[in-house]
Amino acid sequence: MTATEPRVEQPAAPQGHLLELENVNAYYGNIRALRGVSLYVDKGEVVTLIGSNGAGKSTTLRTISGVLKPRTGQVRLDGLRIDALPAHEIVKLGVAQAPEGRRIFSRMSVYENLLMGAFSRRGEKLDDDIARVFDLFPRLLERRTQQAGTMSGGEQQMLAMGRALMARPSILLLDEPSMGLSPILTEQIFDIITEINGQGTTVLLVEQNALMALNVAHRGYVLQTGKIILTDTAANLAANEQVRQAYLGEI
Amino acid sequence: MRLRLPERLSFVDLILWGLRVAIVVFVLVGSYATLSQGVLGFDGWRTLLIVGVAQGSIYALIALGYTLVYGVLFMINFAHGEVFMAGVFTAFFAATALADSGILNGNPLFGLAIIFAVSMVTSMVVAVILERVAYRPLRRAPRLVPLITAIGASLFLQYTFRSLYGSGVRSYPTIEILTGTFDIAGVPIQKTQVVVIVSAILLMVGLYFFVQRTRTGRAMRAVSEDKDVAAMMGINVDRVISTTFAIGGLLAGAAGILYVFLFNSVSFSMGFLPGIKAFTAAVLGGIGNIVGAMLGGLFLGVLESIGPFLFLDGLGVPSTNQLRDVVAFTLLVLVLIFRPYGILGRKE
Ligand SMILES: Nc1ncnc2c1ncn2[C@@H]1O[C@H](COP(=O)(O)OP(=O)(O)OP(=O)(O)O)[C@@H](O)[C@H]1O
Ligand SMILES: [Mg+2]
Repeated sequence: MTATEPRVEQPAAPQGHLLELENVNAYYGNIRALRGVSLYVDKGEVVTLIGSNGAGKSTTLRTISGVLKPRTGQVRLDGLRIDALPAHEIVKLGVAQAPEGRRIFSRMSVYENLLMGAFSRRGEKLDDDIARVFDLFPRLLERRTQQAGTMSGGEQQMLAMGRALMARPSILLLDEPSMGLSPILTEQIFDIITEINGQGTTVLLVEQNALMALNVAHRGYVLQTGKIILTDTAANLAANEQVRQAYLGEI
Repeated sequence: MRLRLPERLSFVDLILWGLRVAIVVFVLVGSYATLSQGVLGFDGWRTLLIVGVAQGSIYALIALGYTLVYGVLFMINFAHGEVFMAGVFTAFFAATALADSGILNGNPLFGLAIIFAVSMVTSMVVAVILERVAYRPLRRAPRLVPLITAIGASLFLQYTFRSLYGSGVRSYPTIEILTGTFDIAGVPIQKTQVVVIVSAILLMVGLYFFVQRTRTGRAMRAVSEDKDVAAMMGINVDRVISTTFAIGGLLAGAAGILYVFLFNSVSFSMGFLPGIKAFTAAVLGGIGNIVGAMLGGLFLGVLESIGPFLFLDGLGVPSTNQLRDVVAFTLLVLVLIFRPYGILGRKE
């Protein structure tokens, strides 16, 4: 099992990864939240990032989306550096995120939330995308005109995912989509992740629910206090002693 | 300690309830006394009401600037009264030039369009620069810092315009088509009042549709809910904030011209009182709430116009019409005590 990846590679290799972080260090003030994080996601994959509370999972996603700027290190999308771009430019390049805690626009209707998700696609026709989201989440169709903040937590999570999909991302970042959901709904959400991936969207999935995440993912990374301490295929990680003890609740 | 705390609280509650009862009794007794003396007939009250609505619609337009900015930045732009002043004071020079060359009364619609444009664009530019220079660098500072900056900016703008245009009070030229009265359903109403009320309503309806129905309007609402997520959706948050200031400025610039229709004169310090009144209106309607600011402005205008006479005249208080500011600020204090989040606002 390798710890961090000792890969040496050309920055803009023609067949580079879809998304790649290289030695990213990110800070909140003086607190160093990410310590040299390197990871990659290839086109078509579901990759999961697991780790305990405060490990830096959300920070990693915030850094990719550009809401937080890394102090050093690179974030590349299709070989192109995006770490210095403002967040609203990054989504235009095909990186969408359903952030932790849903954070839907609670005073807008469900439909308006979906429109906001496609804000980066100015002037494009959205009918197909809306239809696709309603197809994935029929609940949202029923509640089309409802004020989003008045929906249940599960419905809000569906909306957060649907909203992110409206950007037609080439990579979808999901931050704890199962948080606070019933086991049945969690199962549904993971099924939908698989379905979305099957439709061609690459997914980087952050989860507390490591078992479920490793079930749908191809590969995984384990983050601990801002460092990647482990990476492997999902199956190997699920079988890994250390992971089982720390994240799958086994003693 | 544990036992005394609730007692203390209920003591405060007692005082507040006493205050509530006293206000209601005072208003009822005063109104009854005034009405029973029958000094003012129906026409008189109607005139006061129209005056109040006209004044209130100007407050509403200015109040929208406070509320829109609060909506996206959670700060009170205390220099907004000066944004209002900057436009109408600058347009004064356009107006005199147009009047001197005979255009204003020769081709009044064209002339008025220019005056409105000059005022609105000036206020807009001042508001946008204000945000860019004074507030944007402090976006992440503690909330008290931009507040103090706003007060500084307010004084800075007042004295800048004083040195630009002088400290005197200037009178706008008369606009002939706005003199006299219209007969509306048999009731004669000042043309200026009609124009003020109608323009303000049009602007407010326009703003409402802009915010509810357009892409930029949705972006403004998104930014006001969650800036990080708005940025993740592809919204250029800085640009939306600039746009918000610009719209507040445009409305304040229009309000300035409507203001001179009613009161005719301009000066470097003219923004202060309407600014504070409009702030009161915005708080009254729930700061951050657009419809609240509109209704708050109208309510404050009407209360100011009718209130002093209705509540005080019957109690033998002389020259009640000079007490409108007292009524307005009493209202501000009461709202802050009893409903700091406003009549239509949400508890945070
Ligand atoms: N806005 C912030 N300001 C200061 N420190 C922060 C901020 N956000 C996160 N941190 C710190 O950065 C570290 C990583 O936080 P992060 O939110 O990325 O963790 P996480 O892995 O997503 O945890 P969780 O599973 O609880 O969501 C934590 O120690 C946290 O306290
Ligand atoms: Mg997190």
